[in-house]
Amino acid sequence: MAQITYREALNQALREELDRDERVFIMGEEVGYFGGAFKVTDGLLAVYGEKRVRDTPIAELTIAGAGVGAAMGGLKPIVELMTINFGLLAMDQIVNHAAKIHYMFGGRAKVPLVIRAPQGAGHQLGAQHSQSLEAYFLHCPGLLVAIPATPADAKGLLKSCIRQDNPVIFLEHESLYGVKGDVPEGEYLTPLGQASVLREGKDITIVSYSKCVYDAVAAAEALENEGVDAEVIDLRTLNPLDTATVVESVRKTGKAMVVYEGWRTGGAGAEIAAQIYEAAFDHLDAPVERVATLDTPIPYNARLEKAALPGAADIVKVAERMV
Amino acid sequence: MDLGKDKMLEMYRMMTRIRLFETQVRDLATASEIPGFVHVSIGEEASATGVCAALRPADRITSTHRGHGHLIAKGGRLDRMMAEIFGKRTGYCKGKGGSMHIVDFSLGILGANGIVGGGIPIATGSALAAVVTQRDEVTACFFGDGASNEGTFHESLNLAAVWKLPVIYVCENNGFGEFTPMQTVTSVTDIAVRAQAYGIPGIVIDGNDVLEVYRCASEAIARARAGEGPTLIECKTYRWEGHVVGEQAFLGKASYRSEEEVAEWKARCPLIRFEKFAAESGMISAAELKKIRAETEVELEAAVKFARESPLPDPAEVTDDVFSG
Repeated sequence: MAQITYREALNQALREELDRDERVFIMGEEVGYFGGAFKVTDGLLAVYGEKRVRDTPIAELTIAGAGVGAAMGGLKPIVELMTINFGLLAMDQIVNHAAKIHYMFGGRAKVPLVIRAPQGAGHQLGAQHSQSLEAYFLHCPGLLVAIPATPADAKGLLKSCIRQDNPVIFLEHESLYGVKGDVPEGEYLTPLGQASVLREGKDITIVSYSKCVYDAVAAAEALENEGVDAEVIDLRTLNPLDTATVVESVRKTGKAMVVYEGWRTGGAGAEIAAQIYEAAFDHLDAPVERVATLDTPIPYNARLEKAALPGAADIVKVAERMV
Repeated sequence: MDLGKDKMLEMYRMMTRIRLFETQVRDLATASEIPGFVHVSIGEEASATGVCAALRPADRITSTHRGHGHLIAKGGRLDRMMAEIFGKRTGYCKGKGGSMHIVDFSLGILGANGIVGGGIPIATGSALAAVVTQRDEVTACFFGDGASNEGTFHESLNLAAVWKLPVIYVCENNGFGEFTPMQTVTSVTDIAVRAQAYGIPGIVIDGNDVLEVYRCASEAIARARAGEGPTLIECKTYRWEGHVVGEQAFLGKASYRSEEEVAEWKARCPLIRFEKFAAESGMISAAELKKIRAETEVELEAAVKFARESPLPDPAEVTDDVFSG
């Protein structure tokens, strides 16, 4: 198995699906000649041509809407929003159109659209370039939300998303593009709605996704030295949400913490915590805790930014209090 | 352009179907037999009809909140449309869409749409699909004067111009965005001039003259099919009814237009205009038109009966079709 980066894994998935299905095409800002703002689509234009790898104007609402229309017109568009922050300009097409068309039109139309977007903080890019907005999409029925942490899942989830018939918000973390990991070559699909247990443990369940998974694993290793045996779960998709795997773990450990980079209030962690309460209340020995970004715009200064974001030390501190 | 008698009669039939269907819908909404927001396009039948008559069956359209006319003109069935407005399971959307969201995908209808300007990028993407798959298809995008002030209009015209997409943008300028006169919120008198900003042709036409609409749409469609890109067609027209059926309930005594203005436009009725043309041309007899009206009345009566007698959806169906597959 090859060790490749998260970025290369995504690129590989795109190439394989472009090869596999002629209905697949890519459009977005800078995806062609420049190969993508984060180089995820690097080299694709040269292989697949301008018809299937399309540089668009900076017009997020229409890029997303054209994706909806092209999907309804029989294609499988992959739309790249340069970052999810700019994706807010596309919210009408995502929420009012992509998410609703199948239902609102009586199940007669399909919108097989994948919207890829980088997100996340950590690079001193300030409040408008550092957000993690998965909760906005998780809130909306009709949208799948995939949010891979590892290079293998980046590839496997993207391929699975492209092959199914629903609109997907596919969120990549900007800090993960250079992360390397084992990625199977060729056909490799990660099922949607199946969490991955990255580390087994009996004392506490740490549920996470995207970049925070790495913080959770680091925290679990630190906790091990203190005699605390933590289980770490990477959700991989937020819709569908694999509640069963989480609940099974909580039944074993009796304690659960959700770690995520979205804002604490109204974040995905709140939903996950609520589902744990609903399904495993009797098994809980402590309240479910959330370790998340503080309820503040992301600041520019590095010390302030770090203070706003969740990290391994925060996880350790909260876990120590819980066990 | 020699239209031929059959085509002309077909267009008269479509306009008649729209007029009678929407009059019926208005009356049923006023009588509270049908719920929700109902926006009718009575007085605007010629633009929907002329454009759709110029399209081929495989061509696609996007429509608006005021979309019954577009759907009918593209071939929608009155019974399934009426059933949808009644919220019945036999409706085009199984009762989940309602007046603002009726579609028939098999007819190339990509949606009536409750968001002003929401269909414009979708039409643009539909045209892109034709280009990528090298299918010889055109998409017609209907929207109103209000939507021409939305960002989607400007973004989409730019994109379609850059990529020379096979789409025609049809602005049905009925003079009002809800209750606000168009000229008080729009920087130009003729929306078609906005095409210049995107380097594409823009034309103003009499939207109540179905033959002119057909002629101009045909030229724009031919241009689109030939790979020469989009055209903006502004159809000047007028809605006889309010923005929404029952608007008096929240407008109270307030009025946003004069009775004289409404009467003036009613005198320019697209159907009467066609009837006059038919009489003057000598090609079509009054009896032929009368027969079309009578047949449409029968069709409509059956549609209402079908809608009334159709089953309601089962509450258990509420979560069906959130996702496909």
